[in-house]
Amino acid sequence: MSSSLEVWIAAALSLMVLSFLWRDNPAYKFAEHLFVGVSAGYWMVMGFWSTLWPNAVVKLVPSAARLTEPAGPVPAREPLVLVPLVLGILMLLRLWPRLSWLARWPTAFAVGTTLGYNLVRYVRSDFLAQIHATVAPGLLVTSGGAVNWVATCNQWLIVAGTASGVVYFTYTRGGAGLRGGVARGGLVVLMVAFGASFAYAVMARVAVLVGRLQFLLGDWLGLV
Amino acid sequence: MTGWWDPAVWNLGVIIAAMAAAILWGIHRARRGSLLRVRRIAGVEAMADAVGRATELGRPVLYVAGVTDLDDVQTIASLGILGAVGRQTARHGCRLVMPTDRSLVLAAAREVLRESYTAAGRPDGYTPDMVTYISDDQFGFAARVDGIIARDRPAACFLQGAFYAESLLVAEAGAQAGAVQVAGTAMSHQLPFLVAACDHVLIGEEFFAAEAYLSGDRDKLGSLRGQDVVKDLALGLVLIGAALVTLAAATGAGWLAVARDGMLRLLQP
Repeated sequence: MSSSLEVWIAAALSLMVLSFLWRDNPAYKFAEHLFVGVSAGYWMVMGFWSTLWPNAVVKLVPSAARLTEPAGPVPAREPLVLVPLVLGILMLLRLWPRLSWLARWPTAFAVGTTLGYNLVRYVRSDFLAQIHATVAPGLLVTSGGAVNWVATCNQWLIVAGTASGVVYFTYTRGGAGLRGGVARGGLVVLMVAFGASFAYAVMARVAVLVGRLQFLLGDWLGLV
Repeated sequence: MTGWWDPAVWNLGVIIAAMAAAILWGIHRARRGSLLRVRRIAGVEAMADAVGRATELGRPVLYVAGVTDLDDVQTIASLGILGAVGRQTARHGCRLVMPTDRSLVLAAAREVLRESYTAAGRPDGYTPDMVTYISDDQFGFAARVDGIIARDRPAACFLQGAFYAESLLVAEAGAQAGAVQVAGTAMSHQLPFLVAACDHVLIGEEFFAAEAYLSGDRDKLGSLRGQDVVKDLALGLVLIGAALVTLAAATGAGWLAVARDGMLRLLQP
């Protein structure tokens, strides 16, 4: 059995969290509140030192870099960061009811830039790249010149699955007849893909559980 | 590339222009009163029933907008659905609980709900503490959401947005609490978990179409029609492209090779 206080704390918290499998209880509540509090504090500190400090403070007051890296280079001043800084300050005006309407501007800016930036990115990665990958020869031959029927069938299966999936996701067309049949085929393709993905992911989750049990039975209790 | 114009990606301009034209055409048709039929999406129709059930049982509705920030289109789509759910909870006088894991999502969600409650004629029903910030940490957030579900016992859980490994943790807690769960995400790796643990799931594109369906807004429905045209375009490109590549390889004809190369250049990401 471990004599490390850290291991005992980690083991106790693991058991408290696992106790939720039985029901909600004070031990789980304690672990939950501790987890939420510690993680919120951690991310606040991380947000300050990894985002606010290098991107706002150091770029506006370059000499501030000496406080964290005394031997490091002093970067050039970048007054342009005042724009995001002002937007960030506008967010805080939400705390004053009379000025809270100004907090909508940074939110609108974030949403607008997200949509604009992602438009081209998604057209490339989720539209063109997917179609480009699907468009491949539908008759594949081996190096000896014979038709490779397995690879050929795979390719047509990919094309048929993609096409029926796209038909399933159309909304303003009729759901009956040939289109309806193809759409139902697309749903079947989706469900088969989900089943395979589910099984794969469950295996990964089992590996996580095994890791935690190894910690409890090995590092903590020394049984394995 | 110099300046604003990069000739190397002309195909991107053509595709985006075609998409924009299709969507604008759809909106134009909708505004002119063209009849818009949208096929039934079971998950979307279940939303109103779920809110009604929560009202009858006197229990709250839980809404989770995923775990990503406003720089994810799924979060933005989720806020659109939140607006529709908010209008329903406002009309029914049902309590809405929305934990968030990002400060920007918190701010945007409060704005959305404020407008929803005002639009539903119940501005007094809105309170900022409907939406609360928990933690930026993925599993810290999931632990708290599980705790909220266990203690508040919501009758309806809406899990709409981008989820990662915490999806099943949250969905399973909702299933144990006996809540009607309507999930929606475009995260393909999490969809199987949500399908397994939730009553209804908006799969990928359905999730993005839900807001138009729920709002009944003509512009949004017209946009949906335009997007269907884009999907037909994608379907055509896949089928014609596959046929061209196959025939060019099988016959060796020069003109087919030229057509194939042109098609592949158009589709170059």
